[in-house]
Amino acid sequence: MSSPTISAAKSSRAMPIKPKALRLTAQAARFAPWLALLVLLLIWEAACRLLKLPSFVLPSPSAIFAATQKVGLGAWAEHIFATLRVTLMGYGLSILIGIPLAIALASSRLMSRTLYPLLVIVQSTPIVAVAPIIVVVMGAGDLPRVFITFLIAFFPIVVSCVTGLLATPEELVELSRSLGASKAREYRNIRLPYAIPHLFSALRISITLAVIGAVVAEFVAAEKGLGYFINFSTSMFQVPQAFAALMMLVVISLVLFHLIGLLQKVCFPWSLPKAGH
Amino acid sequence: MNAAVLPATPRPNISFDRVSQVFTSSDGSEVVALDNASFDIGRHEFIAVLGPSGCGKSTLLRILAGLVRPTHGQVSIYGSPVDGPRDEIGIVFQKPTLLPWLNIRDNLTFPMRHKYGRVTAQEITRGEELLELVGLKEFGNKRPDELSGGMQQRAAIARALLHDPEILLMDEPFSALDALTRDELSLELLNIWTQRPKTVLFITHSIPEALLLADRILVMSARPGRVQEIIDVDLPRPRSMQTLTEPRFNELANHIRRKVFSRHAH
Repeated sequence: MSSPTISAAKSSRAMPIKPKALRLTAQAARFAPWLALLVLLLIWEAACRLLKLPSFVLPSPSAIFAATQKVGLGAWAEHIFATLRVTLMGYGLSILIGIPLAIALASSRLMSRTLYPLLVIVQSTPIVAVAPIIVVVMGAGDLPRVFITFLIAFFPIVVSCVTGLLATPEELVELSRSLGASKAREYRNIRLPYAIPHLFSALRISITLAVIGAVVAEFVAAEKGLGYFINFSTSMFQVPQAFAALMMLVVISLVLFHLIGLLQKVCFPWSLPKAGH
Repeated sequence: MNAAVLPATPRPNISFDRVSQVFTSSDGSEVVALDNASFDIGRHEFIAVLGPSGCGKSTLLRILAGLVRPTHGQVSIYGSPVDGPRDEIGIVFQKPTLLPWLNIRDNLTFPMRHKYGRVTAQEITRGEELLELVGLKEFGNKRPDELSGGMQQRAAIARALLHDPEILLMDEPFSALDALTRDELSLELLNIWTQRPKTVLFITHSIPEALLLADRILVMSARPGRVQEIIDVDLPRPRSMQTLTEPRFNELANHIRRKVFSRHAH
């Protein structure tokens, strides 16, 4: 979903210098993904009707739409808000812990040798399997859900941030040292800004991981939220409304993904890859 | 080694006294990057350091900048030994290394902000003067990626001059540029040096560049990095592109070439 929109935005930015024929292709490229989506929905609907598939096997788009309406705005708002809350809290925690951790790993060989294997172990552990244990240990409430989300989302932030911090040109570090500036200043004024492009590619990946984390957490222990709602709906064979919740999760993921991209564009325009490259 | 200790013009303000630098490489063997280098540099003298890659010319610069401690020997500036980075020094690297998130004006004053956390009004004024001096007056608000490589390197030179250092260290500053831009910037550097005299240590692997710019040339040889000869460049100043056509220029160039190649033949 995301890559066609990105490439469409790119080609529209480069449009003024393109001849007319290319401009038409650019226009087509802009609408192509929406057209493809529409065609897919039509085929899906037709297949469900022609093959008379029962709705618990594969509900048709119209059935999903009807289920969406039946659940009602209030209930949706409640579930969406709950999932969004856990997602953003877990994501925030990932950033708050991930960036300082990355600085520690990048600045000290000892830290990196000590902590890196631990991080890899955490990352290699299937969090879905650990989630029930976390809930037992941490009890009810937001804490276990936020923690599960954090565990799923933080790793890319740490790894990319370390890469970015270490990708700072050696000569700039020498410039900083030749000025007699402190390590803290070197990180704040040079290395951290240099890590911004790396950091943002991780932040975009991590926000979608955070949504997954929140859903996993809600599967295990929750009384509201879209994850909980899908679990509840399928157990009642209400597959159309489970599909509706799934669609909403996809939309939430996409919107958050693009919001992070927008944030980078507004706050750090210099960090974007150059147009025409 | 006698030839290496030349009587320097005025009083020496930089002196290398039997300086050696030995690195231990990853397989445990020792690499002599710089072997027993001794020479003096006079005040406001323009010294070019010429040699093949691996001859320790960058090591020489980094030792003088206080970024690397020599394994043996001592470097002193104004008679006091170098034991760390000093305020008298400005450095220009091979790449412009401007900060991509700052415009050119802020890049110029960045070292001050980085070191002291603030920039004085005087430094801002000086930044503007330097922008004009290096021909970037209209580009203060541009970001580095909007400028050509040559313009970025001009900005880097201006940045190194901002705190009005007595000593300017340049590590192959023009080697990443195309030939035309390179000549242009060499002449501009001469112009700047004439207007604001400084002691310059200029590292290069181009013989014409060294001859065009320097008062004296330290010819170095590689493995181990050694100061092979110090050559007085007795070409008259002010120099220009005309200098390159003078018979004396060719004589000196040939002499240096023979020096460099005779080493390689052994």
